[in-house]
Amino acid sequence: MKFFPLLWATLWRRKARTIFTLFSLTAAFLLLGTLQAAHALFSGGSLNLSAPILVVQARVSFTTPLPMRLLPQLEAVPGVASVSHSQFFGGVYKDPKNFFPQFAVNPERWRKTFLECHLSDEQYQAWTTSRTAVIAGKQLAARFGWKIGDRIPLTSQIFPLKDGSRAWTFDLAGIFDDASPGSCVRQGNLYIRYDYFDEARQFGQGTGGIFVLRLSDPNLAERVSHQVDGLFENSPDETKTQTEKDFTLNFVRQLGNLNLIITWITLAVFFSILLVSGNTMSQAVRERIPELAVLKTIGFTDAGVLALVLAESLLLCVLGGLTGMLLSVGVLKVISKLPTGIPPISADGSVWLFAAASMVGLALLVGILPAFRAKNLSIIEALAVR
Amino acid sequence: MSAIVSLSNVVKSYTRGKQTVEVLHHLSIEIAQGDFVALMGPSGSGKTTLLNLIGGLDRPSSGEVKVAGERIDQLSSGQLAKWRARHVGFVFQFYNLMPMLSAERNVELPLLLTSLSSAQRKKNVQAALTVVGLAERAKHKPAELSGGQAQRVAIARALVADPTLLVCDEPTGDLDRSTADEILHLLQVLNKDHGKTIVMVTHDPKAAEYASHQLHLDKGQLVEGDVKAAA
Ligand SMILES: Nc1ncnc2c1ncn2[C@@H]1O[C@H](COP(=O)(O)OP(=O)(O)OP(=O)(O)O)[C@@H](O)[C@H]1O
Ligand SMILES: [Mg+2]
Repeated sequence: MKFFPLLWATLWRRKARTIFTLFSLTAAFLLLGTLQAAHALFSGGSLNLSAPILVVQARVSFTTPLPMRLLPQLEAVPGVASVSHSQFFGGVYKDPKNFFPQFAVNPERWRKTFLECHLSDEQYQAWTTSRTAVIAGKQLAARFGWKIGDRIPLTSQIFPLKDGSRAWTFDLAGIFDDASPGSCVRQGNLYIRYDYFDEARQFGQGTGGIFVLRLSDPNLAERVSHQVDGLFENSPDETKTQTEKDFTLNFVRQLGNLNLIITWITLAVFFSILLVSGNTMSQAVRERIPELAVLKTIGFTDAGVLALVLAESLLLCVLGGLTGMLLSVGVLKVISKLPTGIPPISADGSVWLFAAASMVGLALLVGILPAFRAKNLSIIEALAVR
Repeated sequence: MSAIVSLSNVVKSYTRGKQTVEVLHHLSIEIAQGDFVALMGPSGSGKTTLLNLIGGLDRPSSGEVKVAGERIDQLSSGQLAKWRARHVGFVFQFYNLMPMLSAERNVELPLLLTSLSSAQRKKNVQAALTVVGLAERAKHKPAELSGGQAQRVAIARALVADPTLLVCDEPTGDLDRSTADEILHLLQVLNKDHGKTIVMVTHDPKAAEYASHQLHLDKGQLVEGDVKAAA
């Protein structure tokens, strides 16, 4: 593009103003990228939950544990390959701000159901051998610097031990990882053994929490969930069965109608950045009227000058926008590592598409009037101003 | 010698509000190929207006303007822009260089409208800067050049696309005597050695001496009898 040096030099004609505008654009798109990624998450767009897994919870609430006796009936449903159960443990590791989820599970069932997570045979053996043994996701272990054999004390907010104490102690026997790159979405979790947990806890014996069904075929999701809920209809243990994705979304949506708030913030950010860059572009053209007239004198057509100003506007918006988006990727990486309990957020294709459209839209909005002013300016009048 | 510029019965009037002022009154002028014409006259006599018509920056209210074989009064503004790119180089009193571009980038501007390769453009820019004697200042910004040097860059820019016609509006109006003489000498060289047809507006009788012919304009009409014979 032979006009690029001209564009580039023009852009930096007023360095301070361009830097200020780029800074504003960067900040705006940083916010935009982050918020839109969250928006995509709350809409389910970026959740990496494609495993053929259904979650069976008590119809009243997922905090109400279902009894273990449902297990054989669930296993008998055609299309169900394996069943695991998960009781939320609610433990605190040293300090409440160290939040991460722990669940009491049956090791064998866990391993058969969560095929997306990989635990070595050796570590699996160790887990099944010792009753206080637990396994942690690789991310979680990295977060606290845990090694195999470490002792992990947890104070359960829900379950006291038989003696009334809430201080449980576990031993790390295994660290599980992705079975294939990015497959294991449970890396932030810790799993304790249900048999030990059920025996040691003061109350609640015989309940298993929620059930997790692995299907032999993802297309069966709707049929199986209907059948399961039908099985327990009008029983004391009515169930609600949904895909893991819906289950997670319902959980996240409890945080409030964030999407509406995000939409409003995004609009506000847009409006202010529109004013800032609009002002920059109109000043940039106003102060260059004689120069633009000279370009026309040389033989640049009206359309050519129009295109030049629009290209300048686009360059400004893309430069600032891209910097902001790249920064937002970094920010999201950091946020995902924080113990928020929210699944990892990342800017997916739709967010980038939205950002790209925003940059182009913004460039057109702020560039179109100055561009037409440049197009329509008369050489004679512009040069006579001196 | 054939006429490269030929105006016949040209009228130019400006309308400001309700008032219409006729600035050029039925002018007919012929300028031969290879000529160096100085256009003189008092302030407000219509010199710039006439030059703008010859250079295709403006169109007459009536009459014919034929330059390089083309009736440019009949071209649309888009066609006129393309015509200017091919046929005319402009030099102004205040140089009108792009302040943020280096000398060579300024000179390159007209070539961006051609299909020349980047290497070809570089070569032509270098050649034009050499003609005006500023090859070693190629990387300098206009603010780093003296008035005379800036005007040389402007002349290089006017030359670089090898136009049919060079049009200069008071090119030495902002320069001291000796710098002005250098610039005028350069124009003379361009006319004599490179065969460029030049039309130059000037207030300065000394500057006009460098030209082969002088045209005198007063109140929008040519004044006869004061024209220096062809050199
Ligand atoms: N765009 C315009 N609108 C209205 N009147 C104009 C315009 N341009 C020039 N004029 C008028 O036309 C007349 C001739 O102007 P022109 O600029 O051609 O004079 P000039 O001979 O170049 O003068 P100078 O020596 O001062 O540059 C002047 O009276 C001027 O006021
Ligand atoms: Mg004038």
